[in-house]
Amino acid sequence: MALTMAAVSLLVFLVLELNVEGVATKVLGQFSTAGQRHAWLLQHGYFDPLPLRYGRWVLDFVTGRWGLSTYYHADVLQLVTPRLAASGLLMGVALLVIVPLALGLGVLAGMREGSPLDRGVSVLAIVTTSFPEFATAVFLSAIFVFWLGWLPGVSTLAGGATLKEFVLPVAVLALSSTGYIARMTRASMAEAMGQPYVRTALLKGASLRRIVFGHALRNALGAPVTVIMLQIPWLLSGVIVVEVFFAYPGFGTLLYQAAVNSDVYLIEACAMVGVIAVVASQVLSDLINAWLDPRLLAAARHGPVVAAPAVDLSAPERRVAGL
Amino acid sequence: MDRLSRPTVWIGGGLVVLWVLVALLAPVLAPFDPLKSMTPLAPPGAPAPGGGVFWLGSDLLGRDILSRVIYGARPVVTLALAATCTAYAVGVSAGLAAGYFGGWIDGGLSFAANVILSFPVLLLYIVVIVALGASPANVIIAVTFASAPAVFRIVRTLTAGLRQRDFVAAAVIQGEAPWRILLVDILPNTTGPLTVDFCLRLGYTTIVIGALGFLGLGLPPPSPDWGGMVNEGRALAFAFPHLVIFPCLAISSLVLGLSLLADGLNQAPARGGGR
Repeated sequence: MALTMAAVSLLVFLVLELNVEGVATKVLGQFSTAGQRHAWLLQHGYFDPLPLRYGRWVLDFVTGRWGLSTYYHADVLQLVTPRLAASGLLMGVALLVIVPLALGLGVLAGMREGSPLDRGVSVLAIVTTSFPEFATAVFLSAIFVFWLGWLPGVSTLAGGATLKEFVLPVAVLALSSTGYIARMTRASMAEAMGQPYVRTALLKGASLRRIVFGHALRNALGAPVTVIMLQIPWLLSGVIVVEVFFAYPGFGTLLYQAAVNSDVYLIEACAMVGVIAVVASQVLSDLINAWLDPRLLAAARHGPVVAAPAVDLSAPERRVAGL
Repeated sequence: MDRLSRPTVWIGGGLVVLWVLVALLAPVLAPFDPLKSMTPLAPPGAPAPGGGVFWLGSDLLGRDILSRVIYGARPVVTLALAATCTAYAVGVSAGLAAGYFGGWIDGGLSFAANVILSFPVLLLYIVVIVALGASPANVIIAVTFASAPAVFRIVRTLTAGLRQRDFVAAAVIQGEAPWRILLVDILPNTTGPLTVDFCLRLGYTTIVIGALGFLGLGLPPPSPDWGGMVNEGRALAFAFPHLVIFPCLAISSLVLGLSLLADGLNQAPARGGGR
């Protein structure tokens, strides 16, 4: 994890700071003269050796000196914190809707493979996950804002956080993420229901409820938990689009403003924060999996393989990794 | 034959073929020049000046939306295809090498893949686009950079599995060169799972190109692309929803087609034989 973070920070640093002339242009503006840029670069130590600059850059990040935003003319750290809290709230509410819905639908569909409910869930999942977030947002806005006039079209939280303003953004995030988690849960549940111990329980006369809750569910949930955690980077991407669409004052709109205005230091900070969130979610997924399946912990004590399920699942996997 | 008898393959394939044809035949199908300004903000079905009808209305600058949706299929289809192909070229060659040779090659490449996969996808694109600027070539570079690691993981796992098989051992004993074993003996055996992934990835690439366009970080205007049209019409969307609904329908139907195709191809081999 530490090694990954180090490599990621190096990557962000190289991509955004290798071209010092570009940094100077972005900070001083397009109409600065070559002499001004040179003086600025010299003053801020940009002609020092690369390893030294990288070391300083990392130190600044760790100690919270994230620099000054060129667009907002404000300290980046102070800009990012409230936005991050707002995005955390949005993602939290979205997950509260997505996780129970996806697990519920997936378990129901997987309990009886091939039933009409199973088919329906699968088709619905394919259709909803195929729509880009901005398209889903447009469709939902057209129906609920333009035609029915039930909901506000923007969620600026200007008058404090109201439930109404959360409905559409959360609905868009839920529509684009639920289907995928539901399908993975369904596959995992269907596999668990085909295991010999389920047949044994069935033969000894246990009720369906007892089989599902007592035997299959815990074994079926390992994979979906990994998927939900792997879904977080994707959800973060979706959050960017959704926040921009609904003008929600969160991390995504901040990143968007930073990108549109070439606000280098703000982008660097946003990139690092986003990566930390992803790495943290991966660690959390390993911990939850170990709790669900103690065999993994035992394996970790005796052998080197811990992250095996995370790796295997993400391979034939769609958006998390690749998209 | 089983594979082709599934309805999802036909519906999905039909949608994809439809959009490819639209992209190819854009000059024939489009009723107007997509860049020509006529009546601004005409509603769908309104008559156009000098004959003809704005079937889907016109945008803020008076350009025909139907023509723009039709021409917009071109950059989306070509860019998504080109970007996915380059991602595959990188991912497949790295995956084959890592899965076959193992050792430090595998270790190094896998680590690099993990690092890139630690980025939220859209964030990675934004960082690359900000560093390089927005242009078709840079969109391809960004997609390759972000997608190749996922392809790499699949190919690596498949190759490492095939490496243990007897026919590879036979080829090694015959003294075949590693590149020949990889290309002739191993690569053809990975096509099943890769075809499915290719369709899916094409869909996600389409979504991302759309999302970049929506954020104003995709192709520079005035070339019509679906995400960019939504971005331009967004400010007026609550008064004139036709500005944004049709490009959204276009991109959604194309991605849905690719998803259905992938789903159909995925399930078919599982039911009987396959490779």
